[in-house]
Amino acid sequence: MDRIPILKLGDFLLVTVQVDMHDRLAMNLQEDLTDKIVSAHARGVLIDISALDMVDSFIGRMLGNIASMSRILDAETVVVGMRPAVAITLVELGLSLPGVRTALNVERGMEMLRATISVYAAEYSEYHGDPF
Amino acid sequence: MAIRSESLPILSSEDVVTVRRRVRAMAIEQGLKLIDQTKIITATSELARNTFVFGGGGTVLLEALESGGRYGVRLTFEDRGPGIADLTLAMKDGYTTGGGLGLGLSGAKRLSNEFEIDSRLGEGTRVTITRWR
Ligand SMILES: Nc1ncnc2c1ncn2[C@@H]1O[C@H](COP(=O)(O)OP(=O)(O)OP(=O)(O)O)[C@@H](O)[C@H]1O
Ligand SMILES: [Mg+2]
Repeated sequence: MDRIPILKLGDFLLVTVQVDMHDRLAMNLQEDLTDKIVSAHARGVLIDISALDMVDSFIGRMLGNIASMSRILDAETVVVGMRPAVAITLVELGLSLPGVRTALNVERGMEMLRATISVYAAEYSEYHGDPF
Repeated sequence: MAIRSESLPILSSEDVVTVRRRVRAMAIEQGLKLIDQTKIITATSELARNTFVFGGGGTVLLEALESGGRYGVRLTFEDRGPGIADLTLAMKDGYTTGGGLGLGLSGAKRLSNEFEIDSRLGEGTRVTITRWR
């Protein structure tokens, strides 16, 4: 399998990484997500990595790239479900995932996205009047 | 002393995944704790990728160790690629010639109990790491 499925959940996209990620798969995901954010007018992206038994520099870099590229496209990314052992190892590896927001699980990640987006909407209406 | 060993090719990014899986299996067999399994699998991923990307492919030798009641896993990554000109520089956090984060070698060292690197220009690179239970 060479593609990870991307699910649309209202304004959000949900990616559940369920397989061992090889590098090409990670590259494809980055590309597919960019396209999908635009075509689905997504405001947020949730990436569930609870199935991953490790995150190395390559996957870490990919998560960072997805976060910054989605921000440019006006969507927020939250990485959810990182296992504790993976998080500890990541720090020792030297990766701090700057710019990548994380949450415990999909529900918390979803709350985080909703909160962020409603703050943006409030700021927007302050400057431009109510957009709705 | 190695009580078991296995040699695997590293010629593609799929091979990197296979190597990770085999290392995890051996780490579990050797009784490494989850956190130590995770550390050696992550170091494996870094070194296997370097072997494939910079070394043009190579092999890894997996060895299950037992020494005076201590159990561990030793991995030797080997390629016949271009070698590394300046090892001190290559071991620095953030040094990369491949547009990476430059964390693979230094990070793999931090994640291992023992780390050895030997590289000769024009001949290749060999990295050996060990993680004990
Ligand atoms: N097997 C190898 N053969 C030749 N050069 C290597 C090899 N392994 C590492 N290098 C050199 O050492 C540099 C540092 O390696 P390191 O793994 O630390 O970082 P990287 O691979 O560039 O980035 P990252 O691993 O963070 O994605 C590489 O950019 C490369 O120039
Ligand atoms: Mg590397």
